[in-house]
Amino acid sequence: MLQNFVPVLILFLFAAAFGLGVLLISSLLGPKRPTAAKQATYECGMDVQPDARRPLDVKYYLIAMAFLIFDVEVIFLYPWAVQFKSLGLFGFIEMLVFLFILLVGYAYIWKKGVLEWE
Amino acid sequence: MLDWIWLIPFLPMVGAIINGTVGRRFPKWAVNIIACGSIFAAFVVSVASFIALTHLDPSQRFHEVTLFSWIATGSTSIDLAYLMDPLSSVMTLIVTGVGFLIHVYSVGYMHHDSSYNRFFTYMNLFCFAMLTLVLGNNFLVLFVGWEGVGLCSYLLIGFWFEDQEKAKAGMKAFVVNRIGDFGFLLAMFFIFMHFGTLNFREVMAAAPTAITAATATLICLLLFLGACGKSAQLPLYVWLPDAMAGPTPVSALIHAATMVTAGVYMIARCNILYSMAPGAMATVATVGAITALFAGTIAIAQNDIKKVLAYSTVSQLGYMFIAMGVGAYAVGIFHLMTHAFFKACLFLGSGSVIHGMHDEQDMRKMGNLRKYMPHTYRTFLIATIAIAGIPPLAAFFSKDEILWMAWSGGFKAQWALGFLAAGITAFYMFRLVFMTFFGEERHDEHVKGKVHESPWTMYVPLYVLMGLSIVGGWVGIPEALGGANHFHHWLAPVLDTGSMEGARHAAALVGDIGPSAAYASGGGGGGEGHSIIEYILMFASVGWALIGIAFAAFCYLKRTDIPAKAAASAKGVYELLYNKYYVDEIYDAVFVKGLVALSNHFWKFWDVVVIDGAANGLAKVVRATGGGLARLQTGQAQGYALAVAIGTVALLAFFAAHATL
Amino acid sequence: MDFQLADLKLIAPHIALLGTALLVLMVEVFGHGRRRPEATWISLLGIGIAAAATGMSCHENRLGFSGMLAADGYSAFCNMIILIVGALTILVSSNYLKDERHEHGEYHALILLSMTGMMFMASATHLLLMFLALETMSIAIYALAGFFRTKEGVESCFKYFLLGAFSSAFMLYGIALIYGATGTTQIHGIMEQFTQIKGLASSPMALSGIALLIVGFAFKVAAFPFHGWTPDVYQGAPTSVTAFMATGVKAAAFAAFFRIFFVAFPATSPVWSQALWLLAVATMTMGNFAALAQRDVKRMLAYSSIAHAGYLLVGVVTATAAAGTGMLFYLLSYAFMNIGAFACVIMLGRRGADSTNLDDYAGVGFKYPLLAAALTLFMFSMAGIPPTAGFIGKFLIFKAAIGKEFYWLAVIGVLNSAASVYFYLRVIVYMYFRERPEAAPEGLRSGPAITVATVVAAAAVLILGLAPGFVVRMAEAAMSTF
Repeated sequence: MLQNFVPVLILFLFAAAFGLGVLLISSLLGPKRPTAAKQATYECGMDVQPDARRPLDVKYYLIAMAFLIFDVEVIFLYPWAVQFKSLGLFGFIEMLVFLFILLVGYAYIWKKGVLEWE
Repeated sequence: MLDWIWLIPFLPMVGAIINGTVGRRFPKWAVNIIACGSIFAAFVVSVASFIALTHLDPSQRFHEVTLFSWIATGSTSIDLAYLMDPLSSVMTLIVTGVGFLIHVYSVGYMHHDSSYNRFFTYMNLFCFAMLTLVLGNNFLVLFVGWEGVGLCSYLLIGFWFEDQEKAKAGMKAFVVNRIGDFGFLLAMFFIFMHFGTLNFREVMAAAPTAITAATATLICLLLFLGACGKSAQLPLYVWLPDAMAGPTPVSALIHAATMVTAGVYMIARCNILYSMAPGAMATVATVGAITALFAGTIAIAQNDIKKVLAYSTVSQLGYMFIAMGVGAYAVGIFHLMTHAFFKACLFLGSGSVIHGMHDEQDMRKMGNLRKYMPHTYRTFLIATIAIAGIPPLAAFFSKDEILWMAWSGGFKAQWALGFLAAGITAFYMFRLVFMTFFGEERHDEHVKGKVHESPWTMYVPLYVLMGLSIVGGWVGIPEALGGANHFHHWLAPVLDTGSMEGARHAAALVGDIGPSAAYASGGGGGGEGHSIIEYILMFASVGWALIGIAFAAFCYLKRTDIPAKAAASAKGVYELLYNKYYVDEIYDAVFVKGLVALSNHFWKFWDVVVIDGAANGLAKVVRATGGGLARLQTGQAQGYALAVAIGTVALLAFFAAHATL
Repeated sequence: MDFQLADLKLIAPHIALLGTALLVLMVEVFGHGRRRPEATWISLLGIGIAAAATGMSCHENRLGFSGMLAADGYSAFCNMIILIVGALTILVSSNYLKDERHEHGEYHALILLSMTGMMFMASATHLLLMFLALETMSIAIYALAGFFRTKEGVESCFKYFLLGAFSSAFMLYGIALIYGATGTTQIHGIMEQFTQIKGLASSPMALSGIALLIVGFAFKVAAFPFHGWTPDVYQGAPTSVTAFMATGVKAAAFAAFFRIFFVAFPATSPVWSQALWLLAVATMTMGNFAALAQRDVKRMLAYSSIAHAGYLLVGVVTATAAAGTGMLFYLLSYAFMNIGAFACVIMLGRRGADSTNLDDYAGVGFKYPLLAAALTLFMFSMAGIPPTAGFIGKFLIFKAAIGKEFYWLAVIGVLNSAASVYFYLRVIVYMYFRERPEAAPEGLRSGPAITVATVVAAAAVLILGLAPGFVVRMAEAAMSTF
């Protein structure tokens, strides 16, 4: 049983070795001439704003969570769309039910004011 | 008539329901009529069904009434059903008859109490439970009654809960009884497993073929554990003396006449099982004999009038267990009945004394009460003579027959203990009488001149019980004394089914002489060869009782300085007896404290120290055990997670040990 | 995966509950901000519809959705337990939420959602569906535990969530291993694999999978040593939620536990029954001993619920139809007595101060005789004293254990229940045999709904104790449908 996974293991080890090897080689062979600008944290060319370790507004998390949920919903739609024909009417109604439940959730967070920033 | 036996327990229940729900708004006379009336009606039904039974052929004397199917599982069902047979008819007559008298007595005794209706509610409820116990046709119904009487006893012991001690006594009774219940429950499971039924008649009929002697012994010992709890035998007797905290009618009804005899009844009910288990019988007889003497010696040194009677009850119950253990079941039930009469009379008499003395219970502060309470004195004296075993009063016949059965059955050691205890009984009971009713008046200042006789509702029941203490024994006069022994013949269909067989084995097990001729003819006695010894023993025990009485008279009437001197010169023994062999203290130190410590240990050690400690590191544990343990109560999620992880590893290891690669 | 419209009938009760939950949410947000008692009634109505649907689908007696779930007598019985738990919880909560100023419809929606999960757990015949249902149930409960947002509530919520996630991971891993060993996650299929493949019953992969499944279930039912979270979470959560957790989660988890082990793993039962034997003994002993040491009633009830999990584990160890009958009966009676007891605890509390210390119960017996009588009844039932439901439940379970020759297990169980009487009785002693302090607060936190719930629970405890025949027969019929 477990022997079947040996190729997977080999692949895994090989991938890891390759990745590490490339990093190792470039760090050994590449020239290093650091300047202040090169050392700075890269943030779309802007100056880095204050320390990352500060409390964020709870709304931030709420939005993030809502985003996550609806994002997953979209991902779930893809395989359904691919198999749409073979799933037939049942698949269509099933997805409507799924979307309806999400819609209720959406209505809920909307009315609760989760989506309002101020 | 026999179809109506369910009325016997249900009438008191109806009384309890009425008094318990709307009784508060009733005047006292209405509460009285409901409470006493319902018991009296139950008594009438009991008498009627007794008469109905007598009209049947002895082999047909049983009648089962099924109310409904209680638990039906698969092929078997357990019914809520009542069984009327000679044994339960005797028990119902005792419970309803004595119960009715005690109810009437309580009308006078509880007259001033503010929780009048609550008291009668509990009393009626108790009668319902007790009657369910004795009428149930299977172990489970018996167990319901068993727990029900325990509950009522708990409620009534703690009736005057304003006093912390009394509340504690109630709890103690309940918890100690639960230890016994543990045995009973297990026995019930084993019976169910082996027989597939819990019905008495079916179990008893199947017993000789269905189970081995070893199984029977196991079941019987477990049942006996239950009986020890309920009937206050060593080592579980400790709750009964404390139970005296309840009102005196309660002590008379529950802790003398009825509930505490439930264990005896239960063993008699299972007589066929016991007869198959000689080892168990020998145990029962030995425990009974030791208890009889042990409790008797404690009673000598007690000064509380009710405590003396309580230890006397424990001791008398010991006699009943001797009877059970030697296979003389009918004799045990006989003693149960006579004991119900005279002990109820004694307890009610002591209640009358306490009532008349304005709640004084210390005998050292009584004396010469016969002058003030003639009725109480008369009845109490007769009952005392009865318990001392002087012919022709009740206990002479029943107690002597137990001793004779023990002797002739080969239980010589048990006989010796019982015989010793008989004299001691006579001594301490007359000590009680002399200290209370004779001698000089040692009354407290505040009761002087106020001592009075009790109202008629209290002394009329006393007279009735006194009469029963006199004549109660006459239904069972053994044939050796020219009697017909109706009592044994009445119980024979239930109790004489080969019961002597087991006793013979039990006697052989104890190592004494082999089976004697007495057993050949069953509980009836009657052979010729043994009569000489029987008469000798009879005279010996009467003489021994008279010596006890005379000694009590000498110590407490003539030379009243002797007891104090004796106590002083044998200080160690006296202290030991006065403090009841320190059994309570030992139990407290070993079991109660031990259990509390153990549970604290379990909880603190496992949940608090191990789990939290593992998470927080040793330093914090050391600091915390030095400082406040309380702070550690806040559980640490990491610790719990660690426990989960450890548990998982342990489970995996366990399963891995069973795996083969 | 083929789908038949008729299969929908099998999940009609679940659909009804889910629909009600959504409706309650919508009413909550579109109801224009006034105080809304409708949530209670809508929820109860939904539960009623679900009960009716359960009644209609219980005779289907077949697997649906390609063997994902079963609508049989067993799941119908469990559904009924869960619905009763839910209905009682909602009744109990009505005044409590109002008094605590947390009368939000979300509470009811979460209860209904977690009930949906519980019902799926009870019907699942597929490990993955069971896991999904378990998570549905748990996530709603996590939120409920912190519903009041008090310090303790949030702490309990977070602890439960962390540890729950931890144990769920073990469980999922166990499912994966079983899939690896047998190639299926359908429990009947697993059973067939075990009978067909030689040596599977002793393969390390299958056995490790079973061990990890046990970890997951043991956590949910609070068995030793996976019980650590229980006292903290039970004490910190809102009392009504505690009642819901102690009864509903237990019922659902035991329902799934028993079904899966009874159906899928009989081949390995000698191994896992030994492990569960140890677990059962440790759990009941630990629960009872720790409960002895508590002076807080809520915490005492938490440890007592651990002990009850131990008794119920005896049923899983025995794993016979008789044991299943006992377990089902026990779960039902435990639902009544436990929610009833917590209802009494709620009524004696005050806003912001639960006052669950034993001293707060002093003298309650005379101040509030009916409430004390009810609580006394529940305590007696938990201690297993006849003629209450708790006694019959213990009787059936231990009888089944002895029937399969687990003598010592039964002995330890009975001994434990004998010891437990002490701490149950202590509550009664405080109520009846202590003076009520002068400073004790006046009035009860009661109302019609909670009164109805308490009366129903008390009546059920008595009826199940006096005339259990009908319910026992139903439980037996439920067990015969496997």
